[in-house]
Amino acid sequence: MNQTVVPAPSISGAAIIEAIKRAGVEFVVSVPDRVTSETVLRPIAADPALKLVRVCKEDEGISICAALSFCDKRALLLMQQTGLLDSLNSLRGIAVEYGLPVVMMVGLLGHESGSPPVSSRKYGVRIVEPVLDAMGVAHEFLHAPGDETRITTAIERAYATRAPLALLIGRTPA
Amino acid sequence: MMKRDECLKVIAKHHRDEIVVPVYQAAFEWLAIKPEAANFISVGAMGQASSLALGLALGLPNRRVIVLDGDGSLLMNLGSLVTIANAAPANLLHFVCENGTYEANGGHPIPGKGKVNFAGLARAAGYQAAHEFSDLAALDAALPAILRATGPVFVDLKVERGAVYPEDFAYMHGAAARENFKAAIGK
Repeated sequence: MNQTVVPAPSISGAAIIEAIKRAGVEFVVSVPDRVTSETVLRPIAADPALKLVRVCKEDEGISICAALSFCDKRALLLMQQTGLLDSLNSLRGIAVEYGLPVVMMVGLLGHESGSPPVSSRKYGVRIVEPVLDAMGVAHEFLHAPGDETRITTAIERAYATRAPLALLIGRTPA
Repeated sequence: MMKRDECLKVIAKHHRDEIVVPVYQAAFEWLAIKPEAANFISVGAMGQASSLALGLALGLPNRRVIVLDGDGSLLMNLGSLVTIANAAPANLLHFVCENGTYEANGGHPIPGKGKVNFAGLARAAGYQAAHEFSDLAALDAALPAILRATGPVFVDLKVERGAVYPEDFAYMHGAAARENFKAAIGK
């Protein structure tokens, strides 16, 4: 007998955008990410309430978000986990060691299940949380409907404690 | 060829209230030459000064921002030329002290020393204007107009090391430098 596997519902892109707006985010800095491209980045690009800064490389975004924090402007760096891994030195030197609130939203390309990223079959996904833990960077794994409710609180905490934050998106938002 | 500190003294002469983001050796020299300015010296990771300056320029559109970049530093973040040109902050002035070497790391030559055309790269990336100077008098004469110009503007300064200044890395990376900067910009 054939069984139809019904995919579990995913977190909503619209809800993600509403949550970052509620947190006071004004700037979104991004290198396009396949996981969040259609339901997060594309609506943001069309949203006049958010200023989109397109960067060539993700570590530029670490610096731009950090600098904006000195101007009392909140920002989100939207990227793929490959970009996060490519930006570790800037994350270390600017966000962690200087104690600056750099908020990152990271699409986990290749991790299309709701299971914890650390158990992913994909090496590039499996190492993300341990790397963040080693660096002392707080992270939240978001994949199911309702998970967006944690976004605003986590961003508020990052700015209140002047610490970086990684919001990990486990699968393509609806 | 200009001595870098002499060059910075010329810039300081024309500097008004612009935010300045200087890197490494230029940072120590600028701090000694213009300590009272709104100086952001905590670059944190090599190459990131231009991106930090872009963030400040976007966040403070009513303040002008000068980044005093290094050539090795810019090579490490060359894409920032395209990012800055695309973001088009009218209040950003991007100076590069081109000495052709990794001065802080043993004086080894940068890739493309004597071949790469930094002003040409900035022009091709889409900066509003790009200038080159190897003469102090010419720089002195041109700076008033450059500092008032609509950005992003790029200025390549052909320099060599001048006088030796104290290197206070503890201050550069310490919290006090960033607190002083925040106070200087009124935040």
